[in-house]
Amino acid sequence: MNAEELEQIAEAAHAERAKFDYEVNVCMGTGCLSQHSDKVKAAIEKEAAGCGKKCHVRRTGCMGLCAAGPMVLMEPSEMRYGHVHEGDAKEVIASLGGEPVARLDPHLGGYFDGQNHVVLENSGHIDPEKIEEYIARGGYEALVKALTDMNPASVIEQISKSGLRGRGGGGYPTGLKWDTVAKVKGAQKYVICNGDEGDPGAFMDRSVLESDPQRVIEGMAIAAYAIGATKGYIYVRAEYPLAVQRLTVALQQARRRGFLGNGICETTFSFDIDIRLGAGAFVCGEETALIASIEGKRGTPRPRPPYPAVSGLWGDPTLINNVETFANVPPIIRNGGEWFSSMGTARSKGTKVFALTGKIQRTGLVEVPMGMTLRQIIFGIGGGVPDGRKFKAVQTGGPSGGCLPEEHLDLSISYDALISAGSMMGSGGMIVMDDTSCMVSVARFFMEFCMTESCGKCVPCRAGTVQMYELLSKICAGEATHRDLNQLVELCEVVGATSLCGLGQTAPNPVLSTLRYFKHEYLAHIDEKRCPAGVCELSPAAVEVHA
Amino acid sequence: MSAEPNVRTLTINGEEISARSDQTILEAAREHNIAIPTLCHLEGLSEVGACRLCLVEVKGARRLLPACVTQVAEGMEVTTHNAKIDRYRTMILELFFAERNHVCSVCVANGNCELQSLSLQLGMTHVEIPYQYPQLPVDASHPRFTVDHNRCVLCTRCVRVCAEIEGANTWGVMGRGGQSLVITDLKQPWGDSETCTSCGKCVQVCPTGALFEKGRAGSKVRKHPEFLPYLRIMREGEQP
Repeated sequence: MNAEELEQIAEAAHAERAKFDYEVNVCMGTGCLSQHSDKVKAAIEKEAAGCGKKCHVRRTGCMGLCAAGPMVLMEPSEMRYGHVHEGDAKEVIASLGGEPVARLDPHLGGYFDGQNHVVLENSGHIDPEKIEEYIARGGYEALVKALTDMNPASVIEQISKSGLRGRGGGGYPTGLKWDTVAKVKGAQKYVICNGDEGDPGAFMDRSVLESDPQRVIEGMAIAAYAIGATKGYIYVRAEYPLAVQRLTVALQQARRRGFLGNGICETTFSFDIDIRLGAGAFVCGEETALIASIEGKRGTPRPRPPYPAVSGLWGDPTLINNVETFANVPPIIRNGGEWFSSMGTARSKGTKVFALTGKIQRTGLVEVPMGMTLRQIIFGIGGGVPDGRKFKAVQTGGPSGGCLPEEHLDLSISYDALISAGSMMGSGGMIVMDDTSCMVSVARFFMEFCMTESCGKCVPCRAGTVQMYELLSKICAGEATHRDLNQLVELCEVVGATSLCGLGQTAPNPVLSTLRYFKHEYLAHIDEKRCPAGVCELSPAAVEVHA
Repeated sequence: MSAEPNVRTLTINGEEISARSDQTILEAAREHNIAIPTLCHLEGLSEVGACRLCLVEVKGARRLLPACVTQVAEGMEVTTHNAKIDRYRTMILELFFAERNHVCSVCVANGNCELQSLSLQLGMTHVEIPYQYPQLPVDASHPRFTVDHNRCVLCTRCVRVCAEIEGANTWGVMGRGGQSLVITDLKQPWGDSETCTSCGKCVQVCPTGALFEKGRAGSKVRKHPEFLPYLRIMREGEQP
């Protein structure tokens, strides 16, 4: 494979597309499939076959606005339909080249205004199981460029220059990480892609893997070239069967086309990738636990240092990055690091994909430049809180993050701004809550999650989360005293300071952030024996004593 | 020939000491009679850094570091005791006590228990955290030994000694979080275990009354985990 052959594949794919006047893309991501978009696609295909128009019906990945699923995107008109069902197929096909069907208007509002698709550039536009369509949109150009025109050091230089930081949550500078692994001496090195996305309400990585798996493979191959690795693993949760299936197909196609295997692009560079399935433990998203899990051991973290960069998989130097981080790599190599660093804020570059969920008009996947405010995302793109209710808080960063109140809505999103506000970027889950949510019970929900997902290795996390959960339950039931609240605060401090891995260290965050911004709700449960949001079932005994 | 390990100079609690570059803070401290509490650590076994009692403050580090796995470095400034660390350690001990049923007065290890000694050493006089009182089984199916999960602190010394010294790999951990249990084989009763050699090493290294020999109780049960380093040295001497 070289640049000319790549060009030929792209041209052949363009020629294939040119045979049609219209293209109808049907979303076949997990969200829309749950609304039977497969039947919609079959119905539209049947209709298209007999309509006399030159029309191609394509299966694609996520189009972003999951709330309006099943979604259909018409090209070249870029017209979108939402809530399309089998019975609408005739009208969809009839509207090609004519008046759009008003009934199927997905009411996008400002959903796509201000979004900037870098990671999601192909999502909804290509068939994830056809490598040719990925190549036709500039896929694998970056790998060929890296292998033929660049040396490993200049690849790392571009990544460093881009300012890309780890998208899994920690925000560690990616270029620095690659440079560290590249400099460690070792005959065998590994690249691992962390696809163990487990935060409640987060589905960014799943969507990328389902919609554009080749992008992740290309990013990993570039990383392997840069650090000198020959073997890669993608660790995906078994709860993502569709992502696993599409990745499996993508890996086969990449091998067949010579983007994986021995002597890639007529160079001496060899690299191949295997899939490893996670068995459902949240803690396996922690890098050392993930490595233990790949090795076939119990998925528990170990103390660092040594970091995986020095001693990772089977004791060898290992680079481990998140799905979205790898998905950012091909466009950076294609367009240069400076292009990427022109987006975002001073210390958080590029774009970030967020999964907007909860009490919000337009649930879905959005990709925005760093530096956009929470208000712009929640009210501009997401359309705000439905049913005329009042916005109360937005939870970012999953169980490691925190809840931010209305006064922080104008916070512009960056790794550092979120941390100083008491939350964190995390992997990109964004759960919006309205005034029907009780913040104590939200904190309790996340603590229950941490408690059941604790691996049990270190005592502060194993026993501390249980104690914090019980104290929160006590507050919810109206049975707690100020002494309990003090004990909760003290436990938060000890568990955060002494736990072995990130799970325990950040487990108190939902409690600390709700205590910081919504302490009055805690006090209402304790002093007045009432739940301001009317969510908690207070124990009758506690209420009676108070009365 | 490997080069002689380099010497590092560091201060622990303001006292300047020297240590070999391959030593951990814990090893260096103990060589100089500086006490750091530990529970999961045992000389002769691999380190897991799980009990978090040996956390120390290292100047310049963002977080407290476990002394058992942190290598010494030139110019390192370590603090092993201060009000904050002592408070954290006491609370960790309380978490241990509240997690299962550690009732010293009716325990076979009373008087010879590392958890008990630690609480005396660290001045933990009472437990403020609510006790969990879990209902945990006792497995007395083995002819010589008993495992009482109510007393287990999940230090995994038994798992490590069985794998690393005896080579039997009988012990393992099952479950997650607070539901974790040490088990023999695939959770068969200990007496039915086909891999157990009945060597008793796990009983000797257990810091509490979770693993004990039948027919002996109270002050008679002194455990002897100190055999481990000797065994290690002897085995290394046999290596060709």
